[in-house]
Amino acid sequence: MTTVPTKRDYSLLGRDAQAAVASGLAAAEWYHTEIPRKQMKELMKREDGPAIRDTAIWLGSMVLFGGLGIWFWGSWFAVPLFLAYGVLYGSASDSRWHECGHGTAFKTMWMNDAVYQIACFMIMRNPVTWRWSHTRHHTDTVIVGRDPEIAVMRPPDLLRLVLNFFGIIDVWHAVIDVVRNAFGVISAAEKTFIPEMERPKAILVARIWLAIYVAATGLSIYLGSILPLMLIGLPRLYGAWHHVLTGLLQHGGLADNVIDHRLNSRTVHMNPVSRFIYWNMNYHVEHHMFPMVPYHALPKLHAMIRHDLPAANPSILDGYREMIPAFIRQLRNEDYFLRRELPPTAKPYREEFHSEPVAAE
Amino acid sequence: MSSNWVEVCAADDIDEEDVIRFDHDGRTFAVYRSPDDEYFATDGLCTHEHIHLADGLVMDDIIECPKHNGRFNYKTGQAKGAPVCVNLRTYPVKVEAGSVFIAIS
Repeated sequence: MTTVPTKRDYSLLGRDAQAAVASGLAAAEWYHTEIPRKQMKELMKREDGPAIRDTAIWLGSMVLFGGLGIWFWGSWFAVPLFLAYGVLYGSASDSRWHECGHGTAFKTMWMNDAVYQIACFMIMRNPVTWRWSHTRHHTDTVIVGRDPEIAVMRPPDLLRLVLNFFGIIDVWHAVIDVVRNAFGVISAAEKTFIPEMERPKAILVARIWLAIYVAATGLSIYLGSILPLMLIGLPRLYGAWHHVLTGLLQHGGLADNVIDHRLNSRTVHMNPVSRFIYWNMNYHVEHHMFPMVPYHALPKLHAMIRHDLPAANPSILDGYREMIPAFIRQLRNEDYFLRRELPPTAKPYREEFHSEPVAAE
Repeated sequence: MSSNWVEVCAADDIDEEDVIRFDHDGRTFAVYRSPDDEYFATDGLCTHEHIHLADGLVMDDIIECPKHNGRFNYKTGQAKGAPVCVNLRTYPVKVEAGSVFIAIS
């Protein structure tokens, strides 16, 4: 017997959104591995030291590469310098936005807030809008119609994925959102997750950002050089590739509409440079299961609970070898997803709500 | 509105700078012991979503929700910013003969 693949409606105001609320799939209680309270408290403990060190390296490297890039501007020596600057601007900002948005990177809250604002500007995500969208992402991770941050919808738009390695689609939407918000317009979808009292803040930030981008563009025109925009704005395009490379692995090709992060999230072992840029978000199952654990404690958390998780992918390449064929199959069948095997020591998957029509081991 | 004192646990059952969950009469509460050895009580669920605060992290006078990292001052119930916008309800607490009691209205 053949089954007809289910057409998904990703609109936050659409059919699947209503169905998720009606079925109890929205705001459900999710599976998590049992950890004794004392150990959990140790893992959750906040520190300033690691994030101060990493932020100094991050911003210090940007000043160094950006400064040398300006110095060598006009010669080929500037190319690798701007490639490095771009990744720090257009990719490392993604993980800094994320961790500081959770308030877990630093112990001191103003440090979280300061780095959050800087990173949001670089990654072009309104700090108000995205704080709330990410809150929803954690409540309803990869729940169709509820999660506003599903990077790869089904069937996958492969052209969009490729273009986003250069930030093209994301930046286009970000520019529209900034201009729209700057003119005081909050979209109907945004209204579903941003409380009314928070909306004026989103508008204020958009106006400040628009003024900065207009000033940078004006300076470029005045100088007759693209250099100011190479430092502000354009790195979100030419440096985006690393955050897309790592970010797609978070949930790509895995299950949707489940309430067990082991089914819809992926942990991937990565090289130290990528882990620095990505701030350990390669431990993604662990992060979703316990979002209050700071990035610097995620390796320890992973070691503590890996007996209850599917085996981590050993490399980025291995993750893509698993994920890309799944995307291709999803082009023909939206219901297809990867279902990784649990070790014998793990508790079974929580699979209520999930019909698993075409799961693959 | 009248209140009645309900015994929660022995005072030593809560570690310093920690929180426990206490369920009573169909309601759930969070009972805290501060770093300076004082006891406090609030409603047990985050005002943002249906999450037990007792699974969260106590830092000085702050309780952080384990799901979305929303923060409250557990001494006053004040919500400290997004994603929590609504204050927590607090309850009087006393320690007598080595036990913790909360006044439930």
